[in-house]
Amino acid sequence: MALVEISNLSKTYQTGEIVISALKNVSLEIEAGSFVSIVGPSGSGKTTLLNLIGVLDQPSSGSIKVAGKEVSQLTNRQRAEFRGDHLGFVFQNFNLIPVLTVYENVEYPLIMVKNESAAKNRDLVRGLLDAVGVLDQQFKRPHQISGGQMQRVAVARALVTRPKLVIADEPTANLDHDTAFKIINLMKEMKDQWHTTFLFSTHDPKIIDEAEIIYTLEDGIIKSRQDRRSK
Amino acid sequence: MIKIARIAYRNLLRYSRRTLLTSMLIIIGIVAVLLFIAISGSFKQLMVGQITDSMLGHLQVHRKGYVASIENSPLNLNLNDKQVDKLKTVLQQNANIAAYSGRLKFSGMLSSYTETSNIRLNGINPEMELKTAPLLPQRVQGKKGTAGVPTLNPGEIWIPDTLASGMNLDIGTQIVLVATNKDGSVNGIKLLISGIVGRMTGPGGRDGYVNMKDATQLLRIEGEEINELAVRLNRLDLMKPVFTDLQQQLEQFRNKKDKPVFEIHTWEALSPFSNIANIIDLLTLFVKVILVAIVLVSILNVMLMAVYERIREIGTIAAIGTSPRKIWTLFLMEGLFLGIFGAVVGSIVSLGIIRFLNWKTIVMSFGRQEDLVLTPSIEMSQVIFTALIVIAISALATVQPAIKASRLEPVDALRHF
Repeated sequence: MALVEISNLSKTYQTGEIVISALKNVSLEIEAGSFVSIVGPSGSGKTTLLNLIGVLDQPSSGSIKVAGKEVSQLTNRQRAEFRGDHLGFVFQNFNLIPVLTVYENVEYPLIMVKNESAAKNRDLVRGLLDAVGVLDQQFKRPHQISGGQMQRVAVARALVTRPKLVIADEPTANLDHDTAFKIINLMKEMKDQWHTTFLFSTHDPKIIDEAEIIYTLEDGIIKSRQDRRSK
Repeated sequence: MIKIARIAYRNLLRYSRRTLLTSMLIIIGIVAVLLFIAISGSFKQLMVGQITDSMLGHLQVHRKGYVASIENSPLNLNLNDKQVDKLKTVLQQNANIAAYSGRLKFSGMLSSYTETSNIRLNGINPEMELKTAPLLPQRVQGKKGTAGVPTLNPGEIWIPDTLASGMNLDIGTQIVLVATNKDGSVNGIKLLISGIVGRMTGPGGRDGYVNMKDATQLLRIEGEEINELAVRLNRLDLMKPVFTDLQQQLEQFRNKKDKPVFEIHTWEALSPFSNIANIIDLLTLFVKVILVAIVLVSILNVMLMAVYERIREIGTIAAIGTSPRKIWTLFLMEGLFLGIFGAVVGSIVSLGIIRFLNWKTIVMSFGRQEDLVLTPSIEMSQVIFTALIVIAISALATVQPAIKASRLEPVDALRHF
C-alpha cells in the first residue's frame, strides 16, 4: 500500500472575485521509503501540494490518504495530532525556534507534541544531532550557527518523532550550492538510516537529480513522473 | 508544562527591553496604588483615631432630638439619673464596650476680669473621660498629675487654645465662668486654668472642659444629669455590630408618647471627617481602577505585538503538531509571567518605600492641626489582594492574543513575512 494516495485533488483560492486554481485534479501515489521530489516553476502548485499532503491545508475537492488515513476532512485538532504522529517538516527558512538551543529545538516535538519525557529521549536527540553533524553545536541558539547547520538541525527535528513522511518545501532554496547538495545527501542518508520517506520540492536542477522519483508540476497539473531508481 | 513555561520565560527575555518597559509600567502602577493605600489609610486611621480617641468616642448616646440641636447645647434635653442608670445597665451588659463617659455640655461666658468671651464646655468625670478618650491628654498642655496625666480637679478648667491665645490667658490664671441654667437663672464660679486644650477637627473640637462637680454646681443641677454619653469599644471594627445591637436595645425605652427616649450615633454620623474618609475610600477604588486599566492595556498591547511578530513561529510549532491548547497556554504564560513579575517586584518595592517613609517620619498638618505624624502601613492581605488582581488582569488581557495565536492556520502563518 502506498504511503500517500492522492486522487483527483483540486485546490482553488479566491481573492475577491478572482478564483485561482492552484491544483487541478492531481492524482499520485508515493511509496513508503522513497525519496521523492516535486519540481516545477514558481506558481506551479508545489507548495500547495506539499501543504495538502502535510495536512496543513484542506483541499477544495478530491481525496488524500496519508499512512492509510483520509486526511482531507479532519478538524484542526485532529490535523495537529496527525501531523505530530506521522509527519516531519523541513522548511525553506529553517524555522527553528529562536529561544531554544539546537538540542532543545530537536527535543521540542518529543516533549511538546508527543508528551514524552526529556530524560528518556536524551540519547535519541544526541544520536540524531550526531547523525546530522551538529552535536558540537547543541548548546548554541539558532542565530549562533550557519544556515547549513540550521537546516541540519531542522532535518534532525523532523526525524526525531520517527515520522512516516518528512515533507521539505524548498529545503535548499536559502543555501549555497555545496551546502544544498550536502543537505540533500543528508536527507537521503537519513531516509535510509531512519527508514522514512522524504518528499521535497525544489527547482534546482542539480538537486533534482538526487531524487529517486520526480513529479513535474505545471499550472497545477502533474505533467510527468520519472522513476530514477532503476538507473 | 515546565517546558512551555521555560519557552514563555525565554520569549519574554527575547524582547527584554519591551518586557522591562511593560514590567516597569505595572510596577509603577502597583507602587502607586499600594503607597496611596498605605498613606491615605494611615492618614484616615490617624484622623479617625484622633477624633474617636481624643474627643468623640466610637459611639455616642443622647436623649432623642439632642443631636439635631447640638449647636445650641440645650440643657432641656439632658438625661436624668434614672435614664442614665438605664443606659449604664445596657452598656455594662455588652462585653465589647471598653469604657463610657457621661458629659454635660453647655455654653457659658468666660471672663478674665478684663475681657469676656463665649465658651462651650464639657462637664466631665476625668477618670471616666480619660478611659473613653485616651488620647485627650495628648491635646492638653498644663498641670500634670502623678500619672503624668493632666488633672482636672474641681475648681479647675481646661480652656481651648484659640481662647487662650485670643484672651492672652495662661495656665494658672484665674477666670470667672458664668452660665445660664435650664430655668434661665445665671450663676458664676471662679476657676483656675489648669490646662489648654489643642483644637480638633469636627464638633466639640474647640470645647473646653470642667470637672462634672463644677458643671453641676454652676448649672444648679441636683443629682446626676448628662446630655451626652460617649462610648469606647474594645476595637473600632466592632462599631457596626455593637451600634446595631445597642440601637435595638435602646429602641425599647419609650416615653409616655411611645417615642424612643434615646438616640445613638456612630462617630461617622457626628463628624464631617467621615465624608473625607469616604472620599479617601472612593479615591482608593479609583486608583485601583486606573491600575487595572494600566495592566490591561499594557499587557494586551505587548501580547498582541508578540503574536503579530511571531506569526511564522506560531505557524512552525503548529505545523510540527503542537496543539492549539498548548499554543494558547504558551502565550497565556507569557502574559502571566509579566503580571507575576510586575506584581511581585511592585509589592516588594512598595513595602520597601513604606518602610523608608516610616523611617523618615512624615509630619503633616490637617486644617489647624499640626505636627501630625503619619505612619504609612499596609496590611499584607491588601498587598496580596492587589498583586492577585494584577495577575488576574494580566491573564485576562492575554486571553484574546492567546486565542488569536492558537487559532492561526499553520498554512497561513507559515506564509507570513
